[in-house]
Amino acid sequence: MSIISEKISQVDQLVSLFEQNREVLARGSSPILNRMREVSIKRFAQTGIPDLKNEDYKYSRLKPAFENSYRQELVRESGLINLNEIFKNNIPELDAHLVFLVNGWFYSGNNPGAELPKGVVLGSLEQIANEQPDLIQNYLNRQAGLSNDPFVALNTAFAKDGFFLFVPKGVVIEKPVQIINLLSSNENLMATQRNLIVAEAASLVKLVVCDQTLTPVSYLFNSVTEVFIGQDAMVDVYSIQNYHNQSTVINSAFYRQQRNSVLNTGTFSLHGGLIRNNLKVTFSGDHSEANVNGLSFTDKKQHIDNFIIIEHASPNCLSNQIYKNILDDESTGAFSGRIHVARDAQQTNAFQRNNNVLLSDKAKMQTKPQLIIDADDVKCSHGATVGQIDEDALFFLRARGIGEKDARMMLMNAFAHEVVQKITIEPLRDRIDELIEKRLNGEIGRSHDCKDK
Amino acid sequence: MLSIKNLRASVEGKEILKGINLEVKTGEVHAIMGPNGSGKSTLANILAGKSDYEILEGEVTFLGQDLLELSPEVRSRSGLFLSFQYPVEIPGVPMISFLKASVNEHRKFKGLAPLTAGEFLKLMRAKKDMLHLDTELTNRSVNEGFSGGEKKKNEIFQMAMLEPKLAILDETDSGLDIDALRIVAEGVNALKTPENATIIVTHYQRLLDYIIPDFVHVLHNGRIVKTGGKELAFELEEKGYDWIKNGNDQ
Repeated sequence: MSIISEKISQVDQLVSLFEQNREVLARGSSPILNRMREVSIKRFAQTGIPDLKNEDYKYSRLKPAFENSYRQELVRESGLINLNEIFKNNIPELDAHLVFLVNGWFYSGNNPGAELPKGVVLGSLEQIANEQPDLIQNYLNRQAGLSNDPFVALNTAFAKDGFFLFVPKGVVIEKPVQIINLLSSNENLMATQRNLIVAEAASLVKLVVCDQTLTPVSYLFNSVTEVFIGQDAMVDVYSIQNYHNQSTVINSAFYRQQRNSVLNTGTFSLHGGLIRNNLKVTFSGDHSEANVNGLSFTDKKQHIDNFIIIEHASPNCLSNQIYKNILDDESTGAFSGRIHVARDAQQTNAFQRNNNVLLSDKAKMQTKPQLIIDADDVKCSHGATVGQIDEDALFFLRARGIGEKDARMMLMNAFAHEVVQKITIEPLRDRIDELIEKRLNGEIGRSHDCKDK
Repeated sequence: MLSIKNLRASVEGKEILKGINLEVKTGEVHAIMGPNGSGKSTLANILAGKSDYEILEGEVTFLGQDLLELSPEVRSRSGLFLSFQYPVEIPGVPMISFLKASVNEHRKFKGLAPLTAGEFLKLMRAKKDMLHLDTELTNRSVNEGFSGGEKKKNEIFQMAMLEPKLAILDETDSGLDIDALRIVAEGVNALKTPENATIIVTHYQRLLDYIIPDFVHVLHNGRIVKTGGKELAFELEEKGYDWIKNGNDQ
């Protein structure tokens, strides 16, 4: 029964870390955060770290990452990073309201408050929960708290900071808001980040979230983001993930949409040791639309797992999912797309597609569509493909004089392009095209790879 | 220009070409005719460098080089062009960027500077005018959603852009209505110069009403069983391939 004792020891370590640091965790935190901690650590202790027998985690082996020992930054450290250096790390440079976080802690960027429309709040969750608790208390953990996910519970127990964005009723933020999440440590680090976005009725905001590891140590990054989208509001969230091979990332995002709202998301997983993206959209009002897309690139022994739930709880809503993966070497991937249409959610349109290209014989992809339909007047479809580069297309391009490497690149870009062209921020589209080109040329992640060998 | 000597090739263990001999000189138009399964497309694909075939014996020289040693891209850059029987659709690859990459690879191979966007568009317009093509084809992904006729016109357009020394047209007439056939044939004729050569691979004689061959070869069962002038095509049309098949069996 060594397996069970091992499980207990990993979970126990985190629970005892929590118990020994109760005061440290509570200090400086708003009661809004503190009151959730005890129940969350209990929930985590009960569930433990999921193994492959857990249906929701059957394709992602997360236990090994928890066996490492990590430092945690339970208090803010003053390790400031030179912003000018950051853009050398393949983070797209945009004309945006820029803020950045280090190891889950918020640091201000180019003084975004000065330029933002009146009433918009963009800042540290810790600070705003203390100073303007009314903005936060009706939202924080209202979605995540309903989840049974152990990592969400773990996050809620330890969360101290993250970013908070509030867009008041009717306000349009023209320029994108760019959030740069940096992981930087000289020792192995477990980082917890908790984010909250509230877009009130008829508001509009576009976010670009860039995650980046800076130093070659092992990271365990557990991030939870809750997004509330008011009636008639439009929210776009694009996430660019770029972590080195010693990183394990569990990234959970919860979106709740009021009636007549629109959500566009794109998750671009360029590089990372193990990435698990949990994304849930709940339509709590009718006539809403969610476009949920993702694109990933994996090689070596990397692993990507996109776990999507679309909860059609209200009638007349539309959801579209397109997830694509390009897998090389011995890398593995998983896609789960659950669409649940509730009994009363008539006139639902829900579409899902997952296309995968395997570049090597050893790469593997698991794809699992799951439609649970309790209403009778719905249009739902799903499709999945796993294939190789089209040899006929490759020969055609070569027979026109294009070298094999360039021809392959052209075909992979073409495969990826469908997801890229759905980005609603044009300059970002171009930047992502460049990053994809670099990724396919092996120019991303190389600087850290020396540690792999 | 092209010299094929005793070429034998197989696919999946089955011998398809059983000793082909063919000499194509600058300025000549050769037609290779034959019934289905005679090895016509295999020959065209082997010349272009498709890797599905095993070469058992023989040699192919193109402009003094051992053709079989060259990669498909180097064959193309050296001046060999295959117009595909079934041009592949490539969603997501814009026709313009594909063609620009292709033209500039050819230029690079000749030691020429790449065309600027403006020069490229100008060249494209000129070739379109020359072939009387509508402009729409180049605004889409490569062959995506094209009709059979559009795909074949697009092949001829690519040929016009690349100005090959040797063009191999594999069943270019198949699936074409009479108007499309005429446009394609006129395009091929317009591109014909005393410095280049053409091999027309076809099942039917009708394309040869428009493009007059200097030589007609009849391929049957992996061998060229008959060679003649353009009148051989008419004879075939009249008597059918059974004439050849029966003759060969005797």
